[in-house]
Amino acid sequence: MTSTAAADRSVRVDHLTKIFGSGTTAVRAVDDLSFEVGPGRVTGFLGPNGAGKTTTLRSLLGLVRPTSGGATIGGRRYDELERPAAVVGAALEAASFHPGRSARDHLRVYAPQVGVPDRRADDVLELVGLAPAADRRVGGFSLGMRQRLALATTLLADPPVLLLDEPANGLDPEGIAWLRGFLRSLAAQGRTVLVSSHVLPEVEQTVDDVVIVAHGRLVHASPLADLHRLARRRVRVASPDHAGLDALVHRAGWATAGPDAGAPPGDLVVLDQDAATVGAAAFEAGLVLHHLSGQDGSLEDVFLALTRPAPDGTVA
Amino acid sequence: MRAALLVETRKITSTRMWWLLLVVMAGYMALLAAGLAWALTQADAALGATDGPAEPLTPDAVVRSVYTIAVSLGYVFPLLIGGLSYPSEVRHQTITPTYLFEPRRSVVLAAKLTTGGAVGVLFGLVGTLTCVLAGGGVLAALGEPTMLGEPGTWRTIALSALALTVWALVGVALGSVLTNQVAVVVVVLAFTQLVEPVIRLVLGLTSWGADLAAYLPGAAGEAISGGSLYSASGVGGDLLEWWQGLLVLIGYVAVLATVGRLTTLRRDVT
Ligand SMILES: Nc1ncnc2c1ncn2[C@@H]1O[C@H](COP(=O)(O)OP(=O)(O)O)[C@@H](O)[C@H]1O
Ligand SMILES: [Mg+2]
Repeated sequence: MTSTAAADRSVRVDHLTKIFGSGTTAVRAVDDLSFEVGPGRVTGFLGPNGAGKTTTLRSLLGLVRPTSGGATIGGRRYDELERPAAVVGAALEAASFHPGRSARDHLRVYAPQVGVPDRRADDVLELVGLAPAADRRVGGFSLGMRQRLALATTLLADPPVLLLDEPANGLDPEGIAWLRGFLRSLAAQGRTVLVSSHVLPEVEQTVDDVVIVAHGRLVHASPLADLHRLARRRVRVASPDHAGLDALVHRAGWATAGPDAGAPPGDLVVLDQDAATVGAAAFEAGLVLHHLSGQDGSLEDVFLALTRPAPDGTVA
Repeated sequence: MRAALLVETRKITSTRMWWLLLVVMAGYMALLAAGLAWALTQADAALGATDGPAEPLTPDAVVRSVYTIAVSLGYVFPLLIGGLSYPSEVRHQTITPTYLFEPRRSVVLAAKLTTGGAVGVLFGLVGTLTCVLAGGGVLAALGEPTMLGEPGTWRTIALSALALTVWALVGVALGSVLTNQVAVVVVVLAFTQLVEPVIRLVLGLTSWGADLAAYLPGAAGEAISGGSLYSASGVGGDLLEWWQGLLVLIGYVAVLATVGRLTTLRRDVT
């Protein structure tokens, strides 16, 4: 890897707005989005489908022209970089391969533009575990193999910054585990690694930081550890006396969530309390309980709560 | 730019499209040239025509039509191989890595035009020499003059290859405007096989129309090589000088490429 100052590896999105189309069909894909991604860490760029992740990455890469605001890598726009693909390795969600080209040829096609010799194609295929398929046409590749080839393409010039759009999509659990180790090692070498995903659990064990977007807007950015603190405790509680339980919840002023999937109807989930509190209150009210269990809130719930539209249509 | 040229060259050579089209073109041209050589020299005798044509074609006119049949009927091949340069990248979404590795879209366009020209030379040479081989072979077998000893014949052959080369450039430029693969194929086939021939026929009926028809791309291409199936068969009016035809066809390239650069190439890639 070229020894670049840390500042040259940070990615910055600055009040980025992108509106597709115009008039009544206009789509505000990215809405005044700002965040920063530092080197030496894996950053998860998270949000549900349609949140604007791909559009943000494409704006960063000069493929989409922002409506306003912008994005830079090491302080410069992508198209201002000299040999940009040697600075930023990017793999975008869509599989961008000619089906009639072999994996090795796909890589060799672009090699001259980042100034690497042709044999580098074999090196990166080896890195991503595709060496045995080097001469096969990409048209016959599985989604997982395409993801690996896309990753190999980003690594051609050994760039200090990696932007990967949904790289775990289509990988089997073994592949995801492999990707996790691979991304961690890339970050450990001091690279800036940004990975997008629409499912948090997929990258939960991979990322150091999270940037969460919904409806084109930033809803949360922090180290992953801080996200845990937002997790709400839950108590699952069930009583044969539905009305009595409802009355108790109402009296106590507890927040509730819908029952867990698969739970019998009538089960309730009380938020932000522990099981002892709920149990004591039920005892006092003379309520028979058939089930009482407390759980720490999951990150997935936090993620869903953060990205769920509020009743008034805005994002929580 | 050097890297961009190498990249574009590798894009072409790493898939099978180029040689498939080249083989089909060679086969088709061989058939047409052989058939035309026979028809222009033997048809009357074979059909036992008594009234015959007003005046038989001179050997020079015969070889000019036979050796340049690729420019009259085969230019669709270089036009297609050039025309798919952009659309196939859009179709397979390789336009994304292409712009990631070279964000300067004018450089990509210039590289595509340049390599398109190189491929055009290949198609021009193979297409024309196939006509010379097959058509000349038939003429020789029939005992007709092949005119291959004449410098003028070789000039015609070279100009035919040149015309086909420019057609590949027209293709690249067209593909920069119309980036849908199916649309390009449909437009190319419809225009070359139907629209232009009909327009030339219709315009050829009037004197002012005939002048205008000479500026149609197909007519301009024929003007470069100086041999025209249409002219030989007496329809479609006169052609421009070879250099005028060259300028007109390059004009189409310039206009289409400029329009492509200012419209399609500025669009978001999503
Ligand atoms: N080319 C486009 N034209 C119109 N709308 C688009 C285009 N590309 C994306 N969008 C819209 O922008 C929004 C964000 O899309 P995208 O960035 O792909 O989200 P994500 O990658 O987070 O799933 C979506 O509503 C999508 O439909
Ligand atoms: Mg996406």
